[in-house]
Amino acid sequence: MHAYLNAAGLISPQRTFENDFSCTLNTQGAAILPAIEPDYKGLINPVQLRRMSRILKLGTAAAQLCINNAGGRQPDAIIVGTGLACVNDLEVFLKSVIETDEQGVSSIPFINSLHNTVAAQVARTLKIQSYNNTHCHRGASFENALLDALMLLHEKEHRQILVGGIDEFSRHYYNLLTTKVTSGEGAGFFLLSDLPAGENSVKISAVRTFYAPGEDFIPRFLAEQHTPVHHLDAALLGMNGAPGDDALYRRLIDCLFPPGTPLITYKHLCGEYPTSSAFALALAARAIAAGAFPPPAILRPGKPATPHKVLIYNHYQNCNHTLILVEKAGLM
Amino acid sequence: MKDNKSSPAVYITGAGMASALGISLEETLRALRGQKTGIGPITLFDTKLKHIPAGEVKCSDEELLDRAGIRSERDTYSRTALLGLIAAQEAMRMSQSVVDKQRISLASATTTGGMNFHEKNAPAIFAGTMPGKYVTLLDCADAAQKIARHFGISNNITTVSTACSSSANAIIVGARMIKTGLADKVLAGGADALTRFALNGFNTLGILSPDGCRPFDARRDGISLGEGAAYLVLESAAVVKPENILGRLSGYANTNEAYHQTASSPEGEGATLAIRKALETAGLCPADIDYINAHGTGTVINDLSEGRAIEKVFGAAVPPVSSTKGYTGHTLAAAGAAEAIISLLAIRHNLLFPNLRFTAQMPELSFTPQTALKEQAPVNHILSNSFGFGGSNSSLIFSRH
Repeated sequence: MHAYLNAAGLISPQRTFENDFSCTLNTQGAAILPAIEPDYKGLINPVQLRRMSRILKLGTAAAQLCINNAGGRQPDAIIVGTGLACVNDLEVFLKSVIETDEQGVSSIPFINSLHNTVAAQVARTLKIQSYNNTHCHRGASFENALLDALMLLHEKEHRQILVGGIDEFSRHYYNLLTTKVTSGEGAGFFLLSDLPAGENSVKISAVRTFYAPGEDFIPRFLAEQHTPVHHLDAALLGMNGAPGDDALYRRLIDCLFPPGTPLITYKHLCGEYPTSSAFALALAARAIAAGAFPPPAILRPGKPATPHKVLIYNHYQNCNHTLILVEKAGLM
Repeated sequence: MKDNKSSPAVYITGAGMASALGISLEETLRALRGQKTGIGPITLFDTKLKHIPAGEVKCSDEELLDRAGIRSERDTYSRTALLGLIAAQEAMRMSQSVVDKQRISLASATTTGGMNFHEKNAPAIFAGTMPGKYVTLLDCADAAQKIARHFGISNNITTVSTACSSSANAIIVGARMIKTGLADKVLAGGADALTRFALNGFNTLGILSPDGCRPFDARRDGISLGEGAAYLVLESAAVVKPENILGRLSGYANTNEAYHQTASSPEGEGATLAIRKALETAGLCPADIDYINAHGTGTVINDLSEGRAIEKVFGAAVPPVSSTKGYTGHTLAAAGAAEAIISLLAIRHNLLFPNLRFTAQMPELSFTPQTALKEQAPVNHILSNSFGFGGSNSSLIFSRH
């Protein structure tokens, strides 16, 4: 199962909504990286815009950016991955239930708190009546949405799938975390198809999600994909600065990737959030198309070749592990 | 009946359920046969909405912990996770096949996730003083991760959350994992505990019935919420043992009405599309369907919209229809899987379950729901509808094997 990624729209803490992937914004030492939001007026109908919660604006605008970058091509299915979904609206509603002892609750935050709100809004905006799904599975939410899309394309009933990964920063949630790392947020939408659409298309060759897997799941995955590790032109690693989390990536750097494999990190650019792999995928797709990763993302430069084949590896608290293999379209 | 040979079959070899009707298929079937509703007064937690009846699983969290066999870290289980575990355990016990762990996946569903835990610990959460180890109990993935850990499932674990159609969509994802060859065995279903959050949320929309839901009745006045969990075991032809087959998932469709966030269109356009597409994937025509287990929430809007969709697809020959939400209440993310299991019980035992509390014909509809228990009914193909906020319309078709 595979898919061609033919367009992307990304709202992130970098100026990616303008298709600027230079990632030059200095983010060092920040506790929270808020998304840089575009002027929504050009992307969302003003009547709808007034009624939208922030995550709905982020999601609808990123979906529209993706459609614009695809030259207006419409999807025939919509799949969203979101770890915490509309967590801020959920907190508002819960707070009103608890603090007013159920006396002062209003329907709007309840409606806005539903996890499939973004996918539903995008369907209404684009008037897409076919397949619509939302995966909410912590650090594997976006990858599960991608896998769902790969299955749909494999079944040949749908040919243009709009897949998104979206999460917004939640102060409440952040306050509860024991390990504080730079937190981020973002909305990335991608138009996936069974055929490449142009020279900037990249191929998603495989997506896998694992829960508490054994030691050797990455070599096993690469073997299944007939990709010896020295064929990788880069590894994108979800290092987030927490010593416990990063230890796993460091072990891979020591044991799996040869010294020539360039290593790329991205969470210092977008922050940690459950669907940060959407940022990583957009970054990888752009680097494959442009022939290089932006310097701020490079942890360890390697062989000078342009990136053709790239592995994205992320884990969430050493519990959910995800792998995405991306390569230049047409490369076998 | 036409058999759709072009697409790999998805067999059902296990089923487990916990709801207001009881814990286990046996208790569920007994209540269904006895036409006993599980909807009644709220007893397990405090709420200002105590006057509104709901379908509770009549076990405290402590009892559920014991039934799920949890001995350590008992403070880290939300009610949703416990209900899910209990239903999943029954389903996996029933399905006896031995399948390579690498070929087993999990497609779970929830809408409230750990909200039950969230509510109990709200002061500490809002003050930021809740110990960090409980943070993961709050999100949607928690129940699925606990189920996965219990059974040692590690590949392709997901949680679907599409409001009230969630577990129907999880079953569809699971079926497609099998059809595309990603897995040979998938545990698929959903779980939701009753919460003050959901009670108040639906109450703000003015769609909770003050005295118990009466689907497809002219005097229907809203939903009765419920809680519960239901899981199916889906298997591929490669691993299934014929003697274990409970039925087949022969058709499905996931569509979106793209009409309104919380209301379905009066003409039931989205529901019509879902039912037609499900028939198409099953390779069946409307006349092949012997019974429709309707979404039938008991709201003014849903039942009219769904009723019209049924009339559009089935014309003058509408098969027996009932909503079993009068038994269980609306179990939100668990509803699709719970009604899938009720459909399988209908197929296995040749039964048609009545639509409880029906008294008055809806003037807008030509058909009347099934009001009496029917035994020795030949039931070969069942359509089960699940619709949700966000315009989510899903239909499943279950067939006798």
